[in-house]
Amino acid sequence: MGSSNYEPTSKAAKWFEERLPILGLIHGTLGAGYKAPRNLNYWWNFGSLAGFMLVVQIITGIVLVMHYTPHVDMAFRSVEHIMRDVNYGWLLRYTHANGASMFFVVVYIHILRGMYFGSYKSPREVLWFLGLVIYLLMMATGFMGYVLPWGQMSFWGATVITNLFGAFDFYNGMGESILHLLWGGFSVDNPTLQRFFSLHYLLPFVIVGVVILHIWALHLPGSNNPLGIDAKGPGDKIPFHPYYTAKDAFGLSFFIVILAIFIFYLPNIMGHPDNYIEANPMVTPPHIVPEWYYLPFYTILKAVPDKLLGVVAMFASILIFFVLPWLDGSKIRSAKFRPVTAFFFWLFIANAIFLGYLGTKLPDEIMIHIGGGLDALTLGRIGTILYFAYFIVIVPLVSRMESTKPVPTSIAQSVLDSRKEA
Amino acid sequence: MITNDQAEHSEEVTRRNFLYVASGAVGAAGVASAAWPLVNQMNPSADVLALASVEVDLSTIPMGHTVKILWRGKPVFIRHRTESEIEQAVADDHADLKDPQDDEKRAIRPEWLIMVGVCTHLGCVPLDQRGDFGGWFCPCHGSHYDISGRIRKGPAPRNLEVPKYAFLNDTTVKIG
Repeated sequence: MGSSNYEPTSKAAKWFEERLPILGLIHGTLGAGYKAPRNLNYWWNFGSLAGFMLVVQIITGIVLVMHYTPHVDMAFRSVEHIMRDVNYGWLLRYTHANGASMFFVVVYIHILRGMYFGSYKSPREVLWFLGLVIYLLMMATGFMGYVLPWGQMSFWGATVITNLFGAFDFYNGMGESILHLLWGGFSVDNPTLQRFFSLHYLLPFVIVGVVILHIWALHLPGSNNPLGIDAKGPGDKIPFHPYYTAKDAFGLSFFIVILAIFIFYLPNIMGHPDNYIEANPMVTPPHIVPEWYYLPFYTILKAVPDKLLGVVAMFASILIFFVLPWLDGSKIRSAKFRPVTAFFFWLFIANAIFLGYLGTKLPDEIMIHIGGGLDALTLGRIGTILYFAYFIVIVPLVSRMESTKPVPTSIAQSVLDSRKEA
Repeated sequence: MITNDQAEHSEEVTRRNFLYVASGAVGAAGVASAAWPLVNQMNPSADVLALASVEVDLSTIPMGHTVKILWRGKPVFIRHRTESEIEQAVADDHADLKDPQDDEKRAIRPEWLIMVGVCTHLGCVPLDQRGDFGGWFCPCHGSHYDISGRIRKGPAPRNLEVPKYAFLNDTTVKIG
């Protein structure tokens, strides 16, 4: 991180820099001092978009807390108070709620971009790990945030998800002890709400810390690029500022339009209407669904007939990303030069979206009407097997056996070649 | 100082090695004892534990009906079973059970079936008189329970839990 050749222009900046070299740090990280590959495409926008969403969530979250009350008797009412009475409260809450969804959209694209272009491969494995840690922290934060309005989906989502940890029942009563520890009671109740609130406030700042490590780890090897080859000479690189700050700002302006469409025109499309009914521990809604960004994993949970193994499969479906750098044995990073890899990558995405779609369905629901009909559970099992087969069979074999396309010798050369063709 | 250096090089066990281990152990014990209150505060507090039992008047529950009461933040089903339901439950003792348990072990008095109304899969509240076995059905992930609250079909691993309860007299039961 940081740049040793930063020379402040003003006297005051020079004075300050000698005492705390933070300007040089910023210059070298997000300024002209960071030399990035010249061929980054718009898929490389999503890192800074994720950073933008983190800031939006923290700012809107902090102001929402000024009006919210984390208590079972008042939480639901205080959210309605925000919606009806607080000046611009509806805007703040809709931005925060839809912002969470958009944060996940951006992060999913960011992760998938890393998968397609082989950004997880050596020497960026730790960078990849830190990104996955951020993602796991986001999952925990998003889940606990959804509990805070204390609607029916909040309550029953919390009940279902916390009960997952009861599956670790290795000796008599262990599962129950874990649950009582998580809940602070015998069920999801006020102590649970209060601790979720505390952690929902804390975790975003932990995410900020891991993001700093993520950027630090990025700046040792530098950014990957669409060709997946190392950027070597000065002809391969351009300064981050003004080139990528401008490109990121341009992408950001598009993104903000999409975010605004959701906030102003479709504010509840990602939510569930049952969450506008106050939590009631005596009545389970007929159909509990988690937020969309958990749905593929929810299907994997439901697909396994055993409770413990279902929970293990669900956690494994995320943790398996940690070993991806070693499952992939190819010498070439970018799927641009690995057509079979690219094909299976898109198949993986289609399967993940399909698993997410099945997550909204009841297990017995007939999805495909052939013969006796295929129900959601059966299809979920097929999708789950395909999901794990991608990591355990397809990637290790294809990456080692595939005959790849020729890779350009340098980024600069590839740019020159493409100009000749044009 | 010279003797100390020589001792370190020769890998002999010295007084200093002992001091390292001893101070490390004391430090670790200190950290553990400071961490315990931070962990244990998460467990149910005294006022939560104090509300741990509830008394219910059974005289108002007609035969063939289920009443739901709230106990420890969870619903408890109290079903006044009919003769035929009891017969069915006893007959099912020999059915193919995932978590085998005889009906007489699940009800102190056969006409009163008292169970925690929380699905043993992931904690939803099963619906009364639904499902394939005349008992309860969990809408979340499709677990079927029979008229004794035993799991018969679906992902739930165990029968509906029977809480600790006692009959104070013929019409009053104390749960918890």
